[in-house]
Amino acid sequence: MHSELSARAKSLPALLPKWLRDDRKVAILVLAPSIIAVAVFIYIFMGWTLYISVSNWNRPALDLSFAGLKNWQRLVNDPRFHIDLRNLVLFAVGYMSQCIVIGFLLAALLNERIRGEVFFRTVFLMPFAVSAVVSGTAWRWLQVPSAGINLLIANMGFESFRPLWYMHPKLGMLAITIMGAWQFSGFVMALYLAGLRAIPDELREAAVIDGAGTVALYRYVFIPMLRPVTYTAVVLTGAGSIGNFEIPSIIGTGPGFATDTLGFYMFEQTFRSNRYGLGAAVATFMLILSIPVVLPYLISVLREEKE
Amino acid sequence: MSWNRLLVGSAKYAVLIAFAAFYLVPFYVMILTGLKPLEDISSFEIWNMPKSLDWGSFREAWNQMDSNFWNSVRITIPGAIVSTFLGSINGYVFAKWGFRGSNVILFLFVFGMFLPGQGILIPLVWVLQFMGLYGKVNGLIMAYCIFGIPITSLLFYRYYASVPDELVDASKIDGCGFFGIYRRIILPLSGPTFAVVGVWQCTRIWNEYLMALVVLGNPARAPVTVAIKNFSSMGVIPWNLQMAAALIASVPTIAVYLLLGKLFMRGLLEGSLSG
Repeated sequence: MHSELSARAKSLPALLPKWLRDDRKVAILVLAPSIIAVAVFIYIFMGWTLYISVSNWNRPALDLSFAGLKNWQRLVNDPRFHIDLRNLVLFAVGYMSQCIVIGFLLAALLNERIRGEVFFRTVFLMPFAVSAVVSGTAWRWLQVPSAGINLLIANMGFESFRPLWYMHPKLGMLAITIMGAWQFSGFVMALYLAGLRAIPDELREAAVIDGAGTVALYRYVFIPMLRPVTYTAVVLTGAGSIGNFEIPSIIGTGPGFATDTLGFYMFEQTFRSNRYGLGAAVATFMLILSIPVVLPYLISVLREEKE
Repeated sequence: MSWNRLLVGSAKYAVLIAFAAFYLVPFYVMILTGLKPLEDISSFEIWNMPKSLDWGSFREAWNQMDSNFWNSVRITIPGAIVSTFLGSINGYVFAKWGFRGSNVILFLFVFGMFLPGQGILIPLVWVLQFMGLYGKVNGLIMAYCIFGIPITSLLFYRYYASVPDELVDASKIDGCGFFGIYRRIILPLSGPTFAVVGVWQCTRIWNEYLMALVVLGNPARAPVTVAIKNFSSMGVIPWNLQMAAALIASVPTIAVYLLLGKLFMRGLLEGSLSG
């Protein structure tokens, strides 16, 4: 059986040209199409986007003549861009803190050998299985200021409390963070739960023997040990904040662009107004913003894996 | 049990139940609203139970989006299969046939995956137009295959790296070559990882919106995510139809999630590099 196997395996290389009999070369050859595809569709495309951002292409017909920093100047002077930057900060703060705090809280509770853990876990992560478009559609209905959740609040007796949610001219973005956190906090919960489960029981027992209560246990043992998970959550939610596009596309940009995002601004400039140069400048800006969020994280993760 | 512990215990459950309600309310309201006929839809009655079960909204929504639903199926299945197989063979190369610089290449794959999609949209449209694939289902499938390469390669790489090198070396001594080892050693061990990556890719492609909107904005050819957007931007908003459409679009991924939750969870943990 064994010799038959190897005989069959040998017959194939014998048919190939000499240079292909080296398996290392075959390996590189197999990987090559993917390398080329990623190089072109991700990296060359990004470079291309950067070039378009300094071109004169701001109408339907292609025009790649060099424009210098004209699009960038227009961008930094655009009031909508300023609002979007403010919105990014609002969204990132609200979204990241909700995802991380809720995710951690729920993971810590589920880690306490809770009855019905599978049920809770399944429910908490369910929104992550649906599209962000679905989240936006459902929450837009729930956050209609004249009814929706406000109706429930009024029925509970707080009639004077009537938030405008995504219609708020200044803080509409915070309402959007709820929709985002609804989808992603369960994901963060799953990350933390896996992290908590990976902490050896002996460590917990040793800390308890040393007289640590629950609070001390979390403060001095669990939270420091979960720092890599927190880092992952920060990077994923941070990158998600920069790329935020789906929800404003469903909800709209709100009064005075209160719920607009860079991603949606880029989309509208490029594909609705044919201002490719300006859209490319926004896209390039988003890329530049993402690099310091993502790069140190990936370097640290890869370094750790090597060890 | 002391009163104190009982109190803490019930507080834990109270918090868990409150959050379970938070996560479930949108689904509940979607079902509730979808089951009402149009004349009973008023934002003031959002919380009222339907007077009788009326499947009319679902029927109507389905009639308007069934072609989009099948478009999504036609896009998701080939996209997931191709990108999963590419990931398997790439992961095998990265894990067992690493060459000078292969780590850097894997790093660049993963790095690209974390950057916002807006950064490649304009050239993507341009190239698809040039290839005659813009506005076509096949163009979007091709895009999903290519942009799926980083995540699928990473997931398979992480799994294959855990396969002992001795196994590979032993079959090299037996005379197996690159493909022989893949077929005889690696593939037979890959079943569960194929399932994890396949589920992950199906969910991601089904739910993808940005690229679909840009490449396949045409309502007749669009997948479900874009169809929902078209529903919600109609002049007078028929809430019942929107909710029914959003639910119909979510049924496949929710079903996969409920039936194959473990696979889903593993993809999530591995893909975020913290598994």
